[in-house]
Amino acid sequence: MSATTYSYDGNGSNSNHLDYLHSPKKYKGIFNWIFSTDHKKIGILYLISMLTFFAVGVIFGFLMRLELIAPGRTIMDAQTYNQIFTLHGVIMIFLFIIPGLPAVFGNFFLPIMIGARDVAFPRLNLFSWWLFVIGGFVAVTSLFLPGGPADTGWTFYIPYSVRTSTNVIPALMGAFILGFSSILTGLNFITTIHRLRAPGMSWFKMPLFVWSLYATGWVQILATPIVGITLLLVSIERWFGVGIFDPALGGDPILYQHLFWIYSHPAVYIMILPAMGVISEIIPVFARRTIFGYRFIAFSSIAIALVGSLVWAHHMFTVGMSGTAMWLFSLLTFLVAIPSAIKVFNWVATLYKGSIELEPPMLFALAFIFNFSIGGFTGLMQGALSLNIHIHDTYFIVGHFHYVMFGGTGFGIFAALHHWFPKMFGRMYNKRVAKVSWLFMFVGFHLLYFPKFIMGYQGMPRRYYDFLPEFHTYQIISTIGSWILIIGLVIMFINLIVALRKGKAAPSNPWGGATLEWAIPSPPTHENFEKIPVIEKEPYDYSHYELEEEVKN
Amino acid sequence: MNQVAEVTAHSHIHRDDVGAKIGMWLFLFTELILFGGMFLAYAVYRFSYRDYFALASKELDVFIGLINTLVLLTSSLTMAMSITALRKGSKKLSLVFLGSTIFFALLFLVNKYFEWSAKFHHGLFPGSNELLSLSRGEIIYFGLYYVMTGLHALHVIVGFVILAFMFVFVVKGKVNQDYYIMLENSGLYWHLVDIIWIFLFPLFYLIH
Repeated sequence: MSATTYSYDGNGSNSNHLDYLHSPKKYKGIFNWIFSTDHKKIGILYLISMLTFFAVGVIFGFLMRLELIAPGRTIMDAQTYNQIFTLHGVIMIFLFIIPGLPAVFGNFFLPIMIGARDVAFPRLNLFSWWLFVIGGFVAVTSLFLPGGPADTGWTFYIPYSVRTSTNVIPALMGAFILGFSSILTGLNFITTIHRLRAPGMSWFKMPLFVWSLYATGWVQILATPIVGITLLLVSIERWFGVGIFDPALGGDPILYQHLFWIYSHPAVYIMILPAMGVISEIIPVFARRTIFGYRFIAFSSIAIALVGSLVWAHHMFTVGMSGTAMWLFSLLTFLVAIPSAIKVFNWVATLYKGSIELEPPMLFALAFIFNFSIGGFTGLMQGALSLNIHIHDTYFIVGHFHYVMFGGTGFGIFAALHHWFPKMFGRMYNKRVAKVSWLFMFVGFHLLYFPKFIMGYQGMPRRYYDFLPEFHTYQIISTIGSWILIIGLVIMFINLIVALRKGKAAPSNPWGGATLEWAIPSPPTHENFEKIPVIEKEPYDYSHYELEEEVKN
Repeated sequence: MNQVAEVTAHSHIHRDDVGAKIGMWLFLFTELILFGGMFLAYAVYRFSYRDYFALASKELDVFIGLINTLVLLTSSLTMAMSITALRKGSKKLSLVFLGSTIFFALLFLVNKYFEWSAKFHHGLFPGSNELLSLSRGEIIYFGLYYVMTGLHALHVIVGFVILAFMFVFVVKGKVNQDYYIMLENSGLYWHLVDIIWIFLFPLFYLIH
């Protein structure tokens, strides 16, 4: 193929090896999966577990929206509402968005994209998945314990998280274990990128998804331990009453907020960076152009990881910090917008004069750019000190982070799913249905979240169970949006599940991609490569485009 | 890169000692930051409650702390000697040094047990009436003391278990003169446990 000297016959049957789904088995049945150290199988395991938790999170979100369709009590009481929005947050953040791209697609494609047979520590990789599942179950068990799940919000702010009688500890311990899993994944990826690149795969020949995973890995390693110790301290506080955060015993609850956000702000870059990487992969493929400003995109990932680690206190502008701290964190917040904007600029510049094909992955990628631009810009508005006071803890914030997290990372995950589905499973989904599902999701998404900006700006506080009559129209629009969005999600998943069983066999390079994963059969063989490839060309070289076209047909 | 090329087509198992060491160092970073969060909390509260911290730290027994410091420092030495001995091919000597490291780890824990017991005996433990009757600064001091030395002791226990496994591996020859990266990484972990104590000791016992 154009990207490499590695050759194959174009039919996806280049060797006697069976594909990874049918390779010789050490264990039978499900054990063949849950004890497998194959990075591809672990990626699929993550995919299944992540989507299961996602479904649970969507149901909670749906119930919250249903409750808010009318003022006062609709389907649940206030306490239940508090618990449901906490679980929705914990599940969506720790079990869907954070592991979504690195653990699923990173695991599956990182080794393939750099020309390796597996990650550096395959057994540690499997261990991470086990921790992920255990952490998920620990977090969800609180549903079934007397007292019910935590009602603190996913931020577990002190002192309420020490006082409440709900089961905060399972949620904290769940998040702690999940953090451990995330750290080990990051550690594994960084070591893999340093040690297992194929001959000729220099740093600047790596696909940009790999760059974004590298930056993400460092954030995972350097930020997650802080939240680990912080959540552990809250648990200890509840168990023994040591007083480190509890103001009644002399502790400082603001210190808790600092420690929490020192991790949890960089964590949003753990969530968004890999999605940006995915978009950087998809845009050149469907624009048939070399990515514009490769090095700028690569370094902007690192810059986001660096600067993004220093902006945490912009979540706390109303707690009463010193003026110096306020303007410094505000300034840094504006600075972090620069590398993000560089990426958006480069994606758009790549599209310019490209030969754009609106295939499903591309539609999701374009939706990402659109949603992320709105989400990013509203984020900047909150970085401004004066405006922040006005919109702090309102629906405006809720709108902002759903635009970035769902409209950005969520759509990024779906883009990745549609982009790499043929490679992962060797089957093609129905493109028309995929486009319909995209349309439903895009429309539903904006109906659901855009009214939140308006409500928030008018003063509707977040996390409230009830609302004033003047917000009623917006709340109804928002709830209807959630239904359309869910219809879109259902269509998408049915389409993909049908494709798993009945889809046409996918060729090895259905989109005409130039990176390494498209040069191997679909689905990949157990060993990925028969012979480790030697890399000579840039990752997004479309000068041999006609060759690609032949392969495609 | 050479290691990669040597991988046979039918096996995922490859050996990359440098990679293993990179992984271990990255893990040690996470441990440092884990404790870093606590050191940050310590710094903040020392700033707010300086006088009470000085007062409370007089409750600690510097002698026991000093003994434990010496024990851990010596254990780090024997750990390093154990690795060197194995690299030079002397399995027996390596086991002797590794055994002493394990012994020192145990000694540290026993010492810690007596130290904590004495505090408990005086009624100084989180949530006790004795402690709650003290000033807030002192409550926080003892809160931090128990959490930080407790977390450190937990790491000593983990290190103890790891070293015990290493002992068995060396006896069985699974870790040997040609393949000692596991022992080396365990040594790195043990040195981390040591260095964290090197910071805990002055912060709690020496500064008044």
